[in-house]
This record gives sequence, C-alpha cells and structure tokens, in this order.
Amino acid sequence: MADVLPVEAASAGVSGGRGRKWRLAAWLLGRSFSSRLGLALVVLVVGLALAGPWIVPYPDDVAGAVNLARKLQPPSAAHWFGTDEVGNDILTRVIVGARLSLLVGIGIMLAAAGIGVPLGILAGMSSGRLRETIMRLTDMFLSVPGLVLAIAIVAALGPGIGNAMVALVLVWWPGYVRLAEAKALSIREEPYIEAARVAGASRLRILWRHVLPNSLSPLIVKMSMDIGQAILAVASLGFIGLGAKPPTPEWGAMIAIARGYLPEWWWYALFPGLAIYLSVLGFNLLGDGLRDILDPRSHRG
Amino acid sequence: MLIYVIRRIGLAALMLFGLVCITFTIANVAPSDPAALAAGPDASRSQIEQARRDYGLDKPLPEQFLRYVSDLAQGRFGRSVATGRDVGTDLARYFPATLELCVLAMLTGVLVGLPLGMLSALHKDGPIDHVTRIFAVSGIALPPFWFGLLLQLLIATWLGWLPTSGRLSVVTEPPDPITGLLLLDALLRGQGGIFVEGLTYMILPALVLSFPCLASILRVNRSEMVEALRADYVVSARAHGVTPWRIVAVHALKNAMLPTLAIIGLRWGWMMSSTVLVETVFDWPGIGLYAVSSAISGDFKPVMGVTMIVGVNFMIANLLVDLLYGVLDPRLRSA
Repeated sequence: MADVLPVEAASAGVSGGRGRKWRLAAWLLGRSFSSRLGLALVVLVVGLALAGPWIVPYPDDVAGAVNLARKLQPPSAAHWFGTDEVGNDILTRVIVGARLSLLVGIGIMLAAAGIGVPLGILAGMSSGRLRETIMRLTDMFLSVPGLVLAIAIVAALGPGIGNAMVALVLVWWPGYVRLAEAKALSIREEPYIEAARVAGASRLRILWRHVLPNSLSPLIVKMSMDIGQAILAVASLGFIGLGAKPPTPEWGAMIAIARGYLPEWWWYALFPGLAIYLSVLGFNLLGDGLRDILDPRSHRG
Repeated sequence: MLIYVIRRIGLAALMLFGLVCITFTIANVAPSDPAALAAGPDASRSQIEQARRDYGLDKPLPEQFLRYVSDLAQGRFGRSVATGRDVGTDLARYFPATLELCVLAMLTGVLVGLPLGMLSALHKDGPIDHVTRIFAVSGIALPPFWFGLLLQLLIATWLGWLPTSGRLSVVTEPPDPITGLLLLDALLRGQGGIFVEGLTYMILPALVLSFPCLASILRVNRSEMVEALRADYVVSARAHGVTPWRIVAVHALKNAMLPTLAIIGLRWGWMMSSTVLVETVFDWPGIGLYAVSSAISGDFKPVMGVTMIVGVNFMIANLLVDLLYGVLDPRLRSA
C-alpha cells in the first residue's frame, strides 16, 4: 500500500524515504481539525470494540440479564447512560454493540469490495461482451436506491441480522464495480501497462501488480466511508425490525425498543443513537481526510 | 439534440427493464419457496399448493417472467396477503403523502443547502467553514430515525411547538381528495386552516428527510464555488470593484447550478427510499411506512410494489436531470 501514496512523488527526490513519507502523511492528516476528529472517533470505536467485554461495568448485562429492581433508571454515577426496561446497564450494551456494529460494517464492506473490485477491474481491462455483461448487471442493481432494495431482499429472505448483511452486500457491490472499472479504464492506457505487456507480463500479473495497486487510493477512501454507511444501514434495518433481534445488543434494535419508552425515559434512545452517529461521523471524516492525503488533486484549495 | 434525447430515453428504458428483472429475481428466485411467501406466513401445506397454482408458480421461469411483465404493464402489482387489498390501489393511495413530503424536503434542501454552501466557500478554512463541514458530514452520518426521534422529543414533546406525528390531528376532517396531496387539496378547496395545520405536521419529517440532501448540496456547492472563485473572470470582476456577494450570487452560482442539478436527480430517489425510516418514526401514511409494515409481517407484494415505485421515481428523476443537462450545457448534446 505504501507505494501508492502520491506523496511519494513529493518525497522521492529527497532523501529520507519511507519514514519521511509517513511523517508527511501524518502531518497532512493532522493538519485538518475534522480529520483529527474523525481519526479520534474511529480509534475510540475500534478501541471499544476490541476491549468491550473486559471494560464494561456490568458484564452480566451483555447477553440480556433481567434485573427488574433497577429498570429504567436515569443516568447516574452507577449507570452513566441509565438502565433499560429490564434493568440492563445501557452503557454496557452500547459498548458491546460497538463490536457487533463494527464487525458487521467491516464485513459488509469487505464482501462488497471483494465481489465488486475484481469484477470492476476485469470489466475495465476487457472489452466487448464480458465488459457489457458485467456493467449491465451492475446497472441493474443500481436502478433502485439501496435501502429499499435491501428491504425487499430481507423481506424475501426473512428478517435477521445474517440476512440483513446478505441483503446489504447485494446492494453494495455495484458501487465498487463502478469505481474500479472507471479507475482501470483510465489506467489501462498508461505507458507502464504497455511496458509491462511488452515485457511479457501475463494478464493476471498486470492486473494484480499494476492495475490494482494504482486503483487503491480511491478504493481506500470509499472503503472507509462505506464502513460508516454500512453501520448506519444495519442499524436502520435493525430499527425497522428487519435486522438484529432483541436482546442482541445492536444499536438500531435498541432504539426500536427505546422508542416505546419515549418521551419519559429519553436516555434509553439517546445513547445508542449517539453511538451510531459518532461512529459513522468518524469513518466519514476519516475518509475525507484520507482523500486529502491520497489524492492531492482533490485538495480543498 | 434529438439523438441525445433518444439515447437518454433508451437508457432509462434499459434501467426500467433492469428494475423489472431484479424485482422478479427477488420475488421468484431468492426465497426458498415463493409459493409459501405468496400464501402468507401462516398458510397450511394445501394453501401453499393452492397459491402455487393460483400464481402460476408451477410454470417454468421464462413463462412466469412474461406474465410478470404483462401484469406490471397493466399496473397490476398483485394482492396483499395480510389485507387482501390490491397493491396498486394501496400504492395510489399512499404515494401522494410521500410525494408531498419529498417535495417539501427537496425544496428545503435546495433553499438551505445552496446559501450555506456559498457562505462556506466565502469563508474557506475559517471557523464558519469548519462548522459547516461538520454539519454537512453530519447530514450523512446522522441516523434519520434517531434524528427524527430527537426532534420529536425536543420540539414536539418538550417545547410543544409542533405536533409529534401523523398527517393531521385525529379530529380534523381532511379535505376531499382532488390530487391526494393534502396541502394542495386544502388550497384548492380554500381551506386555509387545514393547509396551515397540515404544514405544521409536515415540518419535522420534511426536515429530517431533507438533511442528507441538504448536506450534499452544501458540499457540492462549496467545492464548485471555491473552484469558481479562483477563476479568471471572477478575479477580473473583483478587480473591477464588483462586491463579493454579487460575484458569488451572479457569477459563481451559475457555475454551481449544473452539479446541484445532478445531486437533486440522485438524491430524489434516495430521499424516497429513506422515507421508510422517516415515515416509520413520524407515522406518516406514505409508501415508506406501507413497505415497512408489510415487510415485517412477511407480506411480500406491497414491498415489491414500493420497490418498483421508488425505482421508477429514481429513473425518471435521473432522466429529467440528464435532459435538463442537455439543455443547459450545449457541450453535452453531441455526446
């Protein structure tokens, strides 16, 4: 990945090499306030997801213990985010939810990219019928906005977090085909591809060694943003009752139940939603910041 | 120009065909047993077999596909298993409510997003710019359903400024439908009171619905505007003493119009698809709520009907934008 950073060009003439390049990237990312905020939020979410089960104040509440004696308590020193309708600590469930949301978000993004990127590069590098078939198939999936299509697919497969993930992967991969195809199309006319071909490199080698690495920067930006959007989409399906089922500590499903306890027990809906918002915001801001580093042309002035 | 128009319409027709293919695939190939789905969640074995014959699901797939296409062409979306009502009739009843909400939300998005984008570009890299940037990213990051609940809590319940949910209060008699659009009908019948009441019910859901769209219009306009402000003609206008606001409002805005139009085209379909969340929160009787309540009870045909409607809207919006582009940007006509 290191050799795709365009900043390499800037540092190539100067001695210092790799360390210098990374320092420049770090400086570019740290320069803007919103990128720093994005990075901090992503680190926070990833940290909570990794450390979740060991740092939660009430480990028994993870799987949904019932403790009616302390149900629906407002935020306090003992329960920072309050408790829910069966007496579970909401802070505990929000922290544990981070792991689920992050895993699901990354999983959807990886699966979609895993299907879409090879197809896109293949379409961009080939011509004729193969290219037509891939791109028309892609257009078909892009003919209806993702969320509605995902709901239709979940309605056919049946509700549940597994099917919700399948549905979201199915509506997500075409975006990667489009991006990878456009990138491959522009790369294939480059002299170094010609050179590799003349040197006798096989088609697969050209795709793997030259086209893919050179398409990486927009893909990385999209992947960062898509983790956030996938987290949001899963939570949305959870909220309307087609995704994770309670008592799974999934943020969207938590809000769906909490909705019934509004307005009096407002903290129940507030904190899971805040968790969704901040994670999605983090990945989007980070993606924005990465774009500034990886693609100097898109610099905002 | 004619060739350009024909080409765009051809592309739209292709998209429509793709949409039909995909809904057919979901309905007939994805589920393990489409007949069980068609018969409903509590059907017995013989009922399922009955449904298989009734819906022609025992026929080969190509034959089923032709039948599906001809049904759709005649506006037949099938019947809801849960209510037994015709899905096409239901859609016709629910769609105006959604349309009305989306139009208001789109207007809000454009009218707020454009000036904020300009403001942000004028104060590039200043505090205002940073605040609007976080605001714009929030538009994409805020879960609409949660944002809606918060607004309900804050503005409707605690402050009491606006009603919480629904389209009109229970005691208000809605105007006799002419178009099905409540605000328009109230105006046409001269019922100003109902118009105002309907508007107060629409403000919160429209606001939530407009936020992602507003945010992307803001961002696109900001970057277009930043670009335009550096152009030679702006520099020379400034040298001639034209005021900054006039430069922005007249010279730079013209250049930002086309990308804004493209965003509107894309966002129209997405907005309609996020009505599934917003209408659920606000109990808004549109196609989004219809899709969600049907999907949860395993009632399949209404969901496919809504998918079709949203897809067609998406397609038409994109087609219109493409055609407008052709009118506004002469370079494209030969493309």
